[in-house]
Amino acid sequence: MTTVVSKIARAQGRDVLRSRWLIVYSAFFLLLAEGLLRFSGSDAMAVISLSMAALMVIPLATLMLSTMYVYGTRDFTELLLAQPIRRGDLYAGLYLGLALPTVAGFLAGVGLPFAVRGALGGQVGVLLGVGAALTFVFSAIGFCIALATEDRLRGMAAALGVWLFAAVLYDGIVLTLVALFSDYPIERPLLAVMLANPAELGRVMLLLRLDASALMGYTGAVFERFFGGYGFVVAGAVLGSWIVLPSVRAHRLFRLKDF
Amino acid sequence: MIQFDGVTKRFGDREVLRGATLTVERGRTLGLIGPNGAGKTTLIKSLLGLCHPTAGEIRVNGRSIAGDDSYRTSVGYMPQIARFPENLTGAELFATVRDLRGASKPMDEALIDRLRLRDHLDSPLRVLSGGTRQKINAMLALQFDPALLVLDEPTAGLDPLSSATLKDELLDRRAAGATVLITSHIMSELEELCDDVALLLDGVIRFVGPIDTVTSLTRQGNLERAIAALMIREVA
Repeated sequence: MTTVVSKIARAQGRDVLRSRWLIVYSAFFLLLAEGLLRFSGSDAMAVISLSMAALMVIPLATLMLSTMYVYGTRDFTELLLAQPIRRGDLYAGLYLGLALPTVAGFLAGVGLPFAVRGALGGQVGVLLGVGAALTFVFSAIGFCIALATEDRLRGMAAALGVWLFAAVLYDGIVLTLVALFSDYPIERPLLAVMLANPAELGRVMLLLRLDASALMGYTGAVFERFFGGYGFVVAGAVLGSWIVLPSVRAHRLFRLKDF
Repeated sequence: MIQFDGVTKRFGDREVLRGATLTVERGRTLGLIGPNGAGKTTLIKSLLGLCHPTAGEIRVNGRSIAGDDSYRTSVGYMPQIARFPENLTGAELFATVRDLRGASKPMDEALIDRLRLRDHLDSPLRVLSGGTRQKINAMLALQFDPALLVLDEPTAGLDPLSSATLKDELLDRRAAGATVLITSHIMSELEELCDDVALLLDGVIRFVGPIDTVTSLTRQGNLERAIAALMIREVA
């Protein structure tokens, strides 16, 4: 990481860490984790419930936050562009300045209640890892949307649309497809469909490690059967590339954009 | 020295700049005038590399700026009233930009006092008034003693006292040999600050020349009347 990147990320990160929404975001996970640990009886149950919430909330929150952030820092971005620094470095600094504090907010919120009980690790560790990965993925997708859409309102609407599709409707669509084409061998196309959605990958990874096969859904079962014992590793690797793809795209959009 | 050579910029099917050609000689202060939407800000943003021209070339001190970042070391830019990270303080903002530019000289403390910013440096930027933020903006552009100053409506939103202070600063820089490009709608201000004026209309530079030529050419008593007369003539 060049020093320019870290300087910008530090300044932006400081701004983000002091903002109200990050406090609300962390407090939400903190209260939820604490409440579930107290009232759900077992740590394992708490992790399952938390996972369900995180899979919905992280994509929504990070998509909205990152699009708002890109529009909100527009003036500052222009000022920094007028300094003798490379555009690519500026992009990386802006992105990390948002994504790192958001990840930290999530880790602190979910991790703290487990840490004070000495229950950090194992299943909740998977949740923390998947949550961090999803934050990086959907922050980058939010950057792409906001950089490609000049109009703020349309950008926010697009971000909301991506969330609805990826985190809410996707599994239903997959099930519908399965029902429609049940007479055909659809395992491979189905796997492709799952790899194409980072939120779905996160869900599969969590469910493969949470002893909650009842909650696994159709897609998770297919996944594990196809990849044998390696389903988790494969899903993790693909989720990792889901961080890279939108980041590369956003980086390019940023370099070519007219401000 | 700044040279715009046939700079064209299209946004979709909207052509904002249509072959704008303009030279600002070293050590001169040029006022860029034009009606709203004429392309002034786009021209300035192209100079700063914020905007990539569709065609044409921009040269700073004889070297094309395309794909170059280093020329901005000598550029100070004061944008139109801008919103900055609202939870940072002015002091932190200065430190960040200084750090990014690798500034070696100490902060220009005297300038902070002249702009009367001292009491506002430790408050979050969000609580500052528009005028104070504009002065922070000015500070960001001026504190590195740039050889080349680019100012987009610098006094908009400033009270008369701050506006006068800023103008004094700019006159000092001009006397010290800086090259300045400034846009404004306030003709009296340009008359006070500039050596030359350029008129941008519909994305093309229609007129460039020393201020007194404009007034004598149009046989008008002051710059405002002269520019109005020029605009009417050009549009007609």
